[in-house]
Amino acid sequence: MTPHHSALELWPAAVSAKAVETDYLILAFTVLTLALTVPVFLAITWFALRYRDGQEADREPSGIRSNLVEISWMLIPFALTLIFFAWGARLFVHSKNPPPDAMVIEAIGRQWMWKFQHPTGQSEINDLHVPINQPVKLRIISQDVIHALYLPAVRMQVAAIPGRYTELWFKADRAGTYHLYCSEYCGTDHSLMEGRITFMEPGDYQEWLTHGGAQQSGPAAGLAVYNAYGCGTCHNADSQIRAPRLAGLYGREVKLADGTTRVADDTYLREKILNPNGNRLAEGYKQIMPSYAGKVPDDDLTRLINYLKSDMRAAAGAPAAQGSTQGSAQGATP
Amino acid sequence: MSASGTVEGEVASREPHAPEATLGRHADYLHAKSTLRSWFLTTDHKRIAILYLASITAFFVIGAVAAGVVRLALIVPNGAIMTNDTYNKAFTIHGVVMVWFFLIPSIPATFGNFLIPLMIGAKDLAFPKLNLTSWYIFMGGALFTMVSVVLGGVDTGWTFYAPLSTAFSNSWVLPALIGVTIVGFSSILTGLNFVVTIHTMRAPGMTWFKLPIFVWAHYATSLIFLLATPVITTALILLIMERAFHIGVFDPAYGGDPVLFQHLFWFYSHPAVYIMVLPGMGVISEIVPAFAQKKLFGYRFVAYASIGLASVTFFVWGHHMFVNGQSDLASLAFSVLSFAVAVPSAVKVYNWTATIHKGRLRLDTPMLYAMGYIGLFVLGGLTGLYLATLAVNQHVHATYFVVAHFHYIMVGGTVLAFLGGLHFWWPKFTGRMYVEAWGRISAVLIFIGFNVTFFPQFILGYLGMPRRYATYPPEFQLLNILSSAGATILAAGYLFPMLYLVYSLWFGRKAPANPWDAKGLEWETASPPPTHNFLGDPQVPKIPYDYPIQAQEARSQHG
Repeated sequence: MTPHHSALELWPAAVSAKAVETDYLILAFTVLTLALTVPVFLAITWFALRYRDGQEADREPSGIRSNLVEISWMLIPFALTLIFFAWGARLFVHSKNPPPDAMVIEAIGRQWMWKFQHPTGQSEINDLHVPINQPVKLRIISQDVIHALYLPAVRMQVAAIPGRYTELWFKADRAGTYHLYCSEYCGTDHSLMEGRITFMEPGDYQEWLTHGGAQQSGPAAGLAVYNAYGCGTCHNADSQIRAPRLAGLYGREVKLADGTTRVADDTYLREKILNPNGNRLAEGYKQIMPSYAGKVPDDDLTRLINYLKSDMRAAAGAPAAQGSTQGSAQGATP
Repeated sequence: MSASGTVEGEVASREPHAPEATLGRHADYLHAKSTLRSWFLTTDHKRIAILYLASITAFFVIGAVAAGVVRLALIVPNGAIMTNDTYNKAFTIHGVVMVWFFLIPSIPATFGNFLIPLMIGAKDLAFPKLNLTSWYIFMGGALFTMVSVVLGGVDTGWTFYAPLSTAFSNSWVLPALIGVTIVGFSSILTGLNFVVTIHTMRAPGMTWFKLPIFVWAHYATSLIFLLATPVITTALILLIMERAFHIGVFDPAYGGDPVLFQHLFWFYSHPAVYIMVLPGMGVISEIVPAFAQKKLFGYRFVAYASIGLASVTFFVWGHHMFVNGQSDLASLAFSVLSFAVAVPSAVKVYNWTATIHKGRLRLDTPMLYAMGYIGLFVLGGLTGLYLATLAVNQHVHATYFVVAHFHYIMVGGTVLAFLGGLHFWWPKFTGRMYVEAWGRISAVLIFIGFNVTFFPQFILGYLGMPRRYATYPPEFQLLNILSSAGATILAAGYLFPMLYLVYSLWFGRKAPANPWDAKGLEWETASPPPTHNFLGDPQVPKIPYDYPIQAQEARSQHG
């Protein structure tokens, strides 16, 4: 399920009542805007033609009193625009107060991935599946810099701030898959901190939770974890730091610094990430990798190992992430 | 005040051309002395304005090249042209240089410096040496920031949000921050100089309600310089301390609050929008009456609106933070206040339009820029109201809609006013006329190029494309290519005036004292003016904007 878009789209999809009403608001506001500006533009053009130097024209003062005119063209447009302040404010307050029965999904932002945790415990990276016809509340926090979770399909976004929870809720009424983004600039791979939100029929959502769909452990999620923990800084082919390359590692025999050999299986990789040095140091390398024990949660560790197992291919046909992390999120199809 | 005093004998022999006949034996300020020392140690407000003009033009070119890099990268969606880091550094340099080293000093430091003493009938600013000091502080700070670019660049965005800037960015943040902090002092001193000058240096008879709107606008701008700049200075110093010593003001890892930085940042940076916009309004309020040969409609309202804008703008900073964890009550208050700030802005647009009504219009280059300005400023202002609408902001915040909006204000407002003013007062600054046809062509090119570049970005933003994205979903490519194509037209439009204006310095027709039949004391003296501005005592007219065509209200209010 990838978002489908034509080459030139002129209006974004709206999947919640708030989204639909926001669109009406902006359309109505545009009508008012045109009513206030088109006369000005027409007047300027008309005056420029009519009163050009050399044109015969009546230039006698019109005798219009300035103060009255001035006050009316200040206050009438102001009063009209206040309608839109009130409309926008009502919608905003509604969108900031979730109903008490909303389903809560935890969202964590970090450079540069989103992690979502469902109430039943399943978690996903960069992608989010939610049921429709039910209020869903995201409780959002950041582990490092300020991010922002932006869901254009429901016309909502809110910042993910370190050390403080923020909330965003919506009630979708149409199924479909749309973009989700980080909208607060957060450093190098800000634009790769994006994924997809899939709105599902409640039955499909339950099915997805229980039947494997939610056990998101595909290599795409693994790549996001690999990037988020900065593994590539040392292990990528173009890295300045001397560390073993990881593509093709899984299943191979590895010579260790103490002279023994081990097969790089799941257990070895797990131990190696959590406690990399000591008797697990690879032959010919220095002890520089820090321990990730307590830093990488278990589900992310599984994703990371699956990614290494997949020979570091985020998607079928995509080149292994040996070089830069560029473009990796583009073709990511689990 | 005497460093550039006239030494006629020495100068006369070096003259490439004779000064204005009206000056007689007195040399104009450009030819009073021509050593490098006489420029770099000058205390003449006019020469300092020229120093600023040269400096900010250089920074504009740097900022524009960075914008070109950004538009180049966005031609393809997958970031194939440059790395994400290069892209991030390019938009950061573009923002930092354009905001801090071009837009903020642009009109006040050049036109304000040159024209305020002339317009009020004074010989110089109140503190000429302080004025020169301001330029040195500006250059010192700006060059300090450029050091960071030479070393490898900054990737925080011009907004420097913590804790990205304090703890996470691996780029040259400290020199950039220190440079911007230093430049702030230049703003404060310029603002102080203008306020004191306007209060104390007006010629006999030049009462407050005879001041041109340009002077009113700069008075209002100076108040913002004085009251708001110290806040950003403080915030930036705290940011520097945080990055260097982890003092724990903004980074939650050390007990700080990252949202606090946003409050302090926007407490200055929103009023800073009016530092950029008000002087532009002042320029337009001079150009429109001159080219309509008609008194400015509702002079007093426009004057009050300038002060009104400068005041209300201090109470709207929170509209940058509707989705950033600010309380709902604060958001509601900031939203309604932001609607209120649009009122005095709208007054001015309607007043310029009414000024054209029944005027005697000449569509020369400055007027074309002024008309372009009105169109773009209206669009920028009204899309600002969309953004002030809370529910809409939740959708388009931090998207290309915002990018388009503020470029309509900054480029449509400040840059077009700057270029209009540059053409309007060029004869006064240099004593030379540019080729009118070339001026008109460039004005039209810039208007078209600007709209092709930035209008598609409103659509991109509403479709949900976030700003500051080095890569983006492929469905946005068509509009991005259109925008980049527009940027090339815009670039040609910018390049053209640089060429023909420089050309005019040597080959342009000599300018008379008042080539546009404009009113205002700056047109009463020679082009270019003598070192002490006026040879005799300037005669202050009975009413401001004393043009041949006057609406009835003018006589009843001022007669």
